[in-house]
Amino acid sequence: MNATGIGAAVRRKEDFRFVTGNGQYTDDVMRPGVTRAVFVRSPHARAKVRGIDISVARKMPGVAAVLTGAELTGDKIGNLICGWMIHSKDGSPMKMAPHPALAFGTVNYVGDAVAVVIADTLGQGHDAAEKVKVDYEVLPAVTDPAEAKSGPQIHEVAPKNTIYEWSLGDQKAVDAAFASAKHVTRLDIINNRLAPNAIEPRAALAEYDAGTDQLTLWNTTQNPHVSRLVIAAFVGMAPEHKLRVIAPDVGGGFGSKIFIYPEEVVCLWAARKVHRPVKWVAERSESFLTDAHGRDHVTHAELALDGNGKIVALRAKTIANLGAYMSTFSSSVPTYLYGTLLSGQYDIPHIYCEVDAVYTNTVPVDAYRGAGRPEATFVVERLVEVAARQMGIEPSEIRKRNFIKAFPHQTPVIMAYDAGDYHASLRQAMEFADVKGFNKRKRESARNGKLRGLGFSTYIEACGIAPSQAVGSLGCGVGLWESAEVRVNPTGSVEVLTGTHAHGQGHETTFAQVVSERLGIPFENVSIVHGDTDKVQFGMGTYGSRSGAVGMSAVVKALDKIEAKAKKVAAYMLEAAEGDIEFKDGKFTVAGTDKSAAWGDVALNAYIAHKFAGADLEPGLKETSFYDPTNFTFPAGCHICEVEVDAETGKTEIVNWTAVDDFGTVVNPMIVEGQVHGGIAQGVGQALLEGVVYNKDGQLVTGSFMDYTMPRAHDLPLFHVGLTETKSPSNPLGIKGCGEAGAIAAPAAVINAITDAIGTEELSMPATAQAVWSALKRAHGVRQAA
Amino acid sequence: MPAVSMTVNEKSVAGDVEARTLLVQFLRENLRLTGTHVGCDTSQCGACVVHVDGIAAKSCTLLALQCEGTKITTIEGLAEPNGPLHPMQEAFREHHGLQCGFCTPGMIMSALDIVRRHGHELDERTIREQLDGNLCRCTGYHNIVKAIGAGARAMVNSGAPRQAAE
Repeated sequence: MNATGIGAAVRRKEDFRFVTGNGQYTDDVMRPGVTRAVFVRSPHARAKVRGIDISVARKMPGVAAVLTGAELTGDKIGNLICGWMIHSKDGSPMKMAPHPALAFGTVNYVGDAVAVVIADTLGQGHDAAEKVKVDYEVLPAVTDPAEAKSGPQIHEVAPKNTIYEWSLGDQKAVDAAFASAKHVTRLDIINNRLAPNAIEPRAALAEYDAGTDQLTLWNTTQNPHVSRLVIAAFVGMAPEHKLRVIAPDVGGGFGSKIFIYPEEVVCLWAARKVHRPVKWVAERSESFLTDAHGRDHVTHAELALDGNGKIVALRAKTIANLGAYMSTFSSSVPTYLYGTLLSGQYDIPHIYCEVDAVYTNTVPVDAYRGAGRPEATFVVERLVEVAARQMGIEPSEIRKRNFIKAFPHQTPVIMAYDAGDYHASLRQAMEFADVKGFNKRKRESARNGKLRGLGFSTYIEACGIAPSQAVGSLGCGVGLWESAEVRVNPTGSVEVLTGTHAHGQGHETTFAQVVSERLGIPFENVSIVHGDTDKVQFGMGTYGSRSGAVGMSAVVKALDKIEAKAKKVAAYMLEAAEGDIEFKDGKFTVAGTDKSAAWGDVALNAYIAHKFAGADLEPGLKETSFYDPTNFTFPAGCHICEVEVDAETGKTEIVNWTAVDDFGTVVNPMIVEGQVHGGIAQGVGQALLEGVVYNKDGQLVTGSFMDYTMPRAHDLPLFHVGLTETKSPSNPLGIKGCGEAGAIAAPAAVINAITDAIGTEELSMPATAQAVWSALKRAHGVRQAA
Repeated sequence: MPAVSMTVNEKSVAGDVEARTLLVQFLRENLRLTGTHVGCDTSQCGACVVHVDGIAAKSCTLLALQCEGTKITTIEGLAEPNGPLHPMQEAFREHHGLQCGFCTPGMIMSALDIVRRHGHELDERTIREQLDGNLCRCTGYHNIVKAIGAGARAMVNSGAPRQAAE
């Protein structure tokens, strides 16, 4: 390993501009003549729109236009779509309701936009928006997914507000296993709805060049090419080659910036109508109302075990709230990203999962860090921990009895795990967390009037999204390969054009590390180019912990081609046979001799082409690869959370967090640890602090940072993070990916720890002080010290 | 429209603003200093923190006109152009105290104010409590806490002022 190669904790190239305030985020982009878009949004969860009076607003100072859903439809702008087809048990396709970018006729959630004001300044836009008069006929709404099927029907295409009724697994075999099981553990679980809240709000800046009939969109997107494809081909905004999408610096995404939203569609359409650039930036309260939310499952789950605590079957029935409309990938999250992980790290012979997806009058729900895998892990790890307690088996012991030990391992839920060592991470985590000393610490806490608890979460996930054929066969409308073009310049520096895009993960650094090591050239001589559909070939973007496993694999394949061609060039230069050329540490050598050529000379020769013009070799040194992974990757690990609960107040303090994860090959351990820290923080947020609340009228109660509790520095401890390694056999670098693991593992670890401390399982997320105090009271009556 | 003038990063500036124009809007739109960010609308997130007359303030909660005649320092004013980074900026880079970078300017400006009020030897608990007004969604705060501790200590050796502008 060299100082800037794979495995080195290289400091990031990105940081200079960020710490000096020179990042370029979408709202930082200025355009002469820019107008500001202000949306008029429904204050009702469900209503008929009988009319919109824009007569006053239209004439107010600075207003360039006031546009409504009627004009959008009249201009034949198409609807937004969900790109993953899911079929119900009866074979019928999912019920995808029309989703226009501006509501036309009915509104279906508080925040659903009905009109947009385009004005010179933001202030003028707000002033005019207030004067838009919308005549609503309010209708009854339903917001609770558990009540959706019996609530008022929201969309004509979906009776009982049911989008699909999906299942996975062998129900008969599972029922038989349950019938003869020695022990059954049953849990009712709510996976609480979350708001992603990247600190940079979503934004879009659209411009139209009338001379070339070209549209340009600057957008906070995790996947500019996918946005371009959807907006061009499905929404019908413009032909694909007439639309450029640029994602500049993006301030966090966590999934919420994957999807194609109404706002960017409307900005593009408006820019072409008013012939001026149109910029929209979400206010935070607008983000709460419009960013796709995450999670929101209601589940009944059961675990069947034999007398030795060996699991014989698992079944789960889930209602998944997808909100008022189906967002871009929404259908896949509670199905193929959830049900397929219900085996956990365990050898479970029979699994059956049913998921009913429903519409409610709430914001659309889609992928949020972990996307389905946190929900699955919470179900599995709570069942296992509770089963252990019920059967009197140590939580670590019950896991060891059930771990998968031989690979590859085919689960009953599609996934075939390729490589792992779950004992190793459990063992190491238990050592780091000093589990042996826990009882002593517990007694010490009790002497201080505190309840101490320990919770395990041995998670696994499927990421490195994804093998195209596999997801295609499951209903995905796109392939999930990745692209890379490696461009060697005549002076020997290298640009890598990748279809991935970073929103905090440090790709400009980590991708450069891969290239620097392979080509033996200085790290400073490698640039990464991403985020612009004019510059970079088609790529699928960054989410699903895929940029390392899939994106870097494409880079490696392109580097293979670069090395092969460079050897041909070197062969001509050194007047040797191509087969005799060796390449190592940036030097080409004729085997068995001291004849060599440096990387820089070979690069220059490739472009000058004096030595081989006219022969079978083309000039230039630039290669492209589109890499389709052969399997998902399966990061896994063990998180152990230790808490102290104050029984008087219900307040939980996390006194220790240990994480031992297996991510396969790690390119930059500093960056990987940072991803784990951030993921854990979001998982702790879900478990202790966060939760989107709608009241029964569909009003968003938690509509700002005053009411929605974001994790702060004083809510979290330092994290003890370690790594084990079993390389992924399904990509050239052996990378598994790490971006979501913390968010997947953490919630179960926290709730397992608190329920251990307070001695009752009747606790829902978020386990706020009030929730914990109430649980204690219900379980034990008046508080007594342990 | 009323006129306003102030000193920003040691330069005299002036502009015409509406009465309702926020300081952060004046900085970003009139002065094109886009390093100060807007992350919320209820003064919780801290992405907008600048120094006003040497003290940390949330520029989203100040009107531009309120800052008439004041001395403002933004993230862009910390390091000399073409000069070395301020030790606190360097510490954030060294300790991976940032990922997407959006909260970072506000974090750094808040960090300097923590040093101003609590000195150069900051323990973990103090830093965490003092960051109550700064939200980060990416890092889990672990490396931010390390960066601020290290940056505070490094400021002693480098002779950089405890306030960005005296």
